Amino acid sequence: MQTVKFQNPPSIVSTYTIVGPKEGEGPLKDYFDLILEDDMWGQESFEKAESKIQEEAIKSALSNGNLANNDIDYLISGDLLNQIITSSYTARQLSIPFYGLYGACSTMTEALSLGAMLVDGGFAKKVICATSSHFSSAERQFRFPLEYGSQRNFSSQWTVTGAGATVLSADGNGPYVTYATTGKIVDMGIKDATNMGAAMAPAAMDTLISHFNDTGYSPADYDLIISGDLGIIGKSIVIDLMQKEGFDLSEKFTDCGVEIFDHKNQDTHAGGSGCACAATVFNGYIYKEVLKGSFSRVLLIATGALHSTTINQQGESIPGIAHAVTIDINKG
Amino acid sequence: MENMNKKEYQRYAEQRVPKPTFLKNNTMAFVVGGVICVLGQFIRNWLVENGLDDKAVAAGTAIILVFLGALLTGLGVYDKIGKVGGAGSLVPITGFSNAVVSPAMEFKTEGLIFGVAAKMFVIAGPVLVYGVGGSIIVGILHLLLKKG
Amino acid sequence: MEFIKAFLVGGLICLIGQVILDNTKLTPAHILVIFLTAGVVLGGIGVYEPIVKFGGAGATVPIVGFGYSLSQGAIEGAKAKGVIGAFTGGITAAAGGIGAAILFGYVMALVFKPKTKS
Repeated sequence: MQTVKFQNPPSIVSTYTIVGPKEGEGPLKDYFDLILEDDMWGQESFEKAESKIQEEAIKSALSNGNLANNDIDYLISGDLLNQIITSSYTARQLSIPFYGLYGACSTMTEALSLGAMLVDGGFAKKVICATSSHFSSAERQFRFPLEYGSQRNFSSQWTVTGAGATVLSADGNGPYVTYATTGKIVDMGIKDATNMGAAMAPAAMDTLISHFNDTGYSPADYDLIISGDLGIIGKSIVIDLMQKEGFDLSEKFTDCGVEIFDHKNQDTHAGGSGCACAATVFNGYIYKEVLKGSFSRVLLIATGALHSTTINQQGESIPGIAHAVTIDINKG
Repeated sequence: MENMNKKEYQRYAEQRVPKPTFLKNNTMAFVVGGVICVLGQFIRNWLVENGLDDKAVAAGTAIILVFLGALLTGLGVYDKIGKVGGAGSLVPITGFSNAVVSPAMEFKTEGLIFGVAAKMFVIAGPVLVYGVGGSIIVGILHLLLKKG
Repeated sequence: MEFIKAFLVGGLICLIGQVILDNTKLTPAHILVIFLTAGVVLGGIGVYEPIVKFGGAGATVPIVGFGYSLSQGAIEGAKAKGVIGAFTGGITAAAGGIGAAILFGYVMALVFKPKTKS
């Protein structure tokens, strides 16, 4: 069994999202709590700006829930930068017991899974899960300098600037985290770091199939099944290949990276990516629509590409991973 | 995924990637590259009219074009030209300038030594290695073949 | 006429670069190195000189021309000063461009900040 069914499903009691200017012009702009006018946010570097974004998202999620730092038993967070510096330097400001995660763009559901396990296991009353990413800090670490005049190919994706934070609590009135399916690494040998959707799609499928087999749910039991940042190419691969495995996703399935940008008018090519992609779409759009009653059961499956430029230059392929959590208005 | 091996999946994934807009890309590369070279020709002619010798004209043209590339990079314009022009703005010497200036600017946050100076040739460094190294080999071969 | 020749030759060289970029997995850094090395080799065997004569700046402004001037410099250096000249000739010929890139790169880094792409 790859899936945990929570006996006492933790409730989501508060969320907060912050996004950059470009995300704030996208189709989901009305769902984000704070849209920055300047992605430096008064800081000296993109890394420091990203840290401030994550810190403010966490603080605001706490104050949204009328909570203080010492009400929280664990902070579980991660980001894309080397040594997850954004999360560590954010945690430095908060004095909350801290677990740092690296799951690349899958970190949001990795954090939610582990946070829900801590709460359900009775080890914590409340935990906060957070992730962030920043277009410019990611570009300089993974790709080219901002002012370098290169062309992006059609399979490349646009790192979302922003952060999302979720407070999970042992008591609360929902929505609840009812299941968590932990992904295995799947690597089908894709080496092209500008085509991460194709690299991650097999991992997403592997986790989806395990989830359906373990829980007995079928795609029809969900109102929405949404992956993290497969983008347009990865999404089409998952729909196509899942059909061949006997699962019809075409009605219910979409991807945070596809939804967050208007890819035709915003020139984002295959869609959004980055830890903040799933984090902002989940804590903004999905959470608010669940509260409104538009969705009563959602499967969020954030996807990650666990490579680095170093190992990529050594000729290695890109290992993909995907973790899924079920968000339900009922306790299951 | 049992019904597909790695090779088959890679081929399948490759087919799903939209092809570049060849006609547009090629036309823009040709036009942008051509325009930059025409600009270079203007600079050359101007230097010749001012009575410079061949070597000074060549060096002067390079210096002026590198300056223009650097300035447009600093102003945040060259990356926009590059997005449209592709190889048309990459291959001329202004593209070499862009490759030097853009990391120098980007890494200023890490300081003037480990940032600006150390990262300046992170993209263009290989050009100097192969260019200078290759020229020395050409020079030595020239000596050997002439003697032989 | 020389402007038309410069446009055609320069445009064509860049077009070759674009075709390689769009049809292979090679990155811009690969293209720079390949084109420069091509210039060194073509200059060394004397094939590039007629192209420079015909195309003017269209042949010297692309990075291929940079390679060409490196190899021409090395050959001239070798003729004048032997082995020492082979070492110093190339980089001397290219010193203007390299020196300009270093100085202006440093100055621009001091003056300007990179801006997020939109």
